[in-house]
Amino acid sequence: MADKILQVEHLEKYYQKRHVLHDINFSVDKGEVVTLLGPSGSGKSTLIRCLNGLEAYQQGTIMFEGEKVQPNEKTWQQIRQKIGMVFQSYDLFPNLTVMDNILLGPTKVQKKDRNSASQEAVKLLQRVGLEDYQDAYPRQLSGGQKQRIAIVRALALHPDFMLFDEVTASLDPEMVRGVLNIIGDLANKDHMTMIVVTHEMNFAQEIADRVLFLENGRILEQTPSKTFFNKPQTDRAQQFLDSMDF
Amino acid sequence: MAHSGISVLLEGTNFTRLLGGLFVTIKIAAVALITGLILGVILGVLRTFKNRLLRLILRLYLEFFRIVPTVVLLFLFYYILPRQLNFNLPADQLATLVFALWVAAEMSDIVRGALISVPKHQRESGLAIGLNRYQLYRYVLIPQAMTLEIPATINLATRVIKTTSLLMLISVMDVINVGQQIIEANNHTHPTGVFWVYGLIFLFYFLIDYPLSWWAKRLEKRRLERANG
Repeated sequence: MADKILQVEHLEKYYQKRHVLHDINFSVDKGEVVTLLGPSGSGKSTLIRCLNGLEAYQQGTIMFEGEKVQPNEKTWQQIRQKIGMVFQSYDLFPNLTVMDNILLGPTKVQKKDRNSASQEAVKLLQRVGLEDYQDAYPRQLSGGQKQRIAIVRALALHPDFMLFDEVTASLDPEMVRGVLNIIGDLANKDHMTMIVVTHEMNFAQEIADRVLFLENGRILEQTPSKTFFNKPQTDRAQQFLDSMDF
Repeated sequence: MAHSGISVLLEGTNFTRLLGGLFVTIKIAAVALITGLILGVILGVLRTFKNRLLRLILRLYLEFFRIVPTVVLLFLFYYILPRQLNFNLPADQLATLVFALWVAAEMSDIVRGALISVPKHQRESGLAIGLNRYQLYRYVLIPQAMTLEIPATINLATRVIKTTSLLMLISVMDVINVGQQIIEANNHTHPTGVFWVYGLIFLFYFLIDYPLSWWAKRLEKRRLERANG
């Protein structure tokens, strides 16, 4: 039996009276890449944000590495060190240099020595081709560069699990590939466990082991990626795939 | 024969007395600003927390100091507190206290406003790398709020310095009070002295406040340029 990194059971989420996530059940194995697909407004982002405690949920449980997560700030703060998250809006801290953005987590949260942490950071920066930008401020970078730094910032904490929330959605088209390649590389070379929300169907098809298809806050389909892209089990998923031009 | 008015400034120790009064003014304003700003940052941060009771109390504190005129506050502390609560302080220390509390109240609103205008995803990406609440404020939110709030803070400082002119009402020997004494003492010999004494005081206040307000404008302009670039 493969190690389960994450298990979600009977998760329900409301915004006031609006029921946005209905009875969500799924799990993610170690090393597995799961993509969350679905039309906009289907609850993909809300779901992924619940998984590191940025959104509260009203019912159900989340188990992370075999332990039930107590839904309070303190527990989440511990767990977030093991879950890296990258957002759609490349949100580096504008008051800090690239290097300080990356080192904030390792040195302040994990109390690592600054020297060794910055050596590691340089290696990660080399990997994304931005080692020359250590002292730059975010405003001096392009969107694609910022997003690559944001990925490095998350990786610097040595997470066991990564969440990518539409990370290429606000990038210029020519920047998209570079960012996706880094994520693909993480999946293939590092066997990083991850959940990816994306609208890039080609990329989803390339990278995913399994697809969760969401609509109106419900998981309509959980299938291995090959099956999903060849012959999804539900008509709704078929329509969705037909509507995406790829 | 009456002397020309301007010589009143050079008579005896008049000029050094005025400078001494100015020093009292500056000292009260400076101490009140420094303590008030620190306290104000703390209160401003607390006002962004979710606790409703805490927010209500701090809001009432702000409104009290904002609505009640500064003169009334000074009288309240100077005449009423000693009698009712047996709380006695020399006038200049009491003035410093009142001003510090006032600065803290105004500053808490400036800080709160700046903190809540830091974009929401800044907070989220801070949380996502595991920062706790203290670290989030210390490294992410407060530094970003600072750049937003500096111009308003400098403007507050100029207002505080100007308002110290009320201190003579509770007998603090500030520059206005000293000036008033010089005018009264020399009224017979220098009938136009009032013009020169107040002229000099005007110049003192101008020399302190103008650079501050120029600085605030410049910072604001730079910030806007940066935000648009």
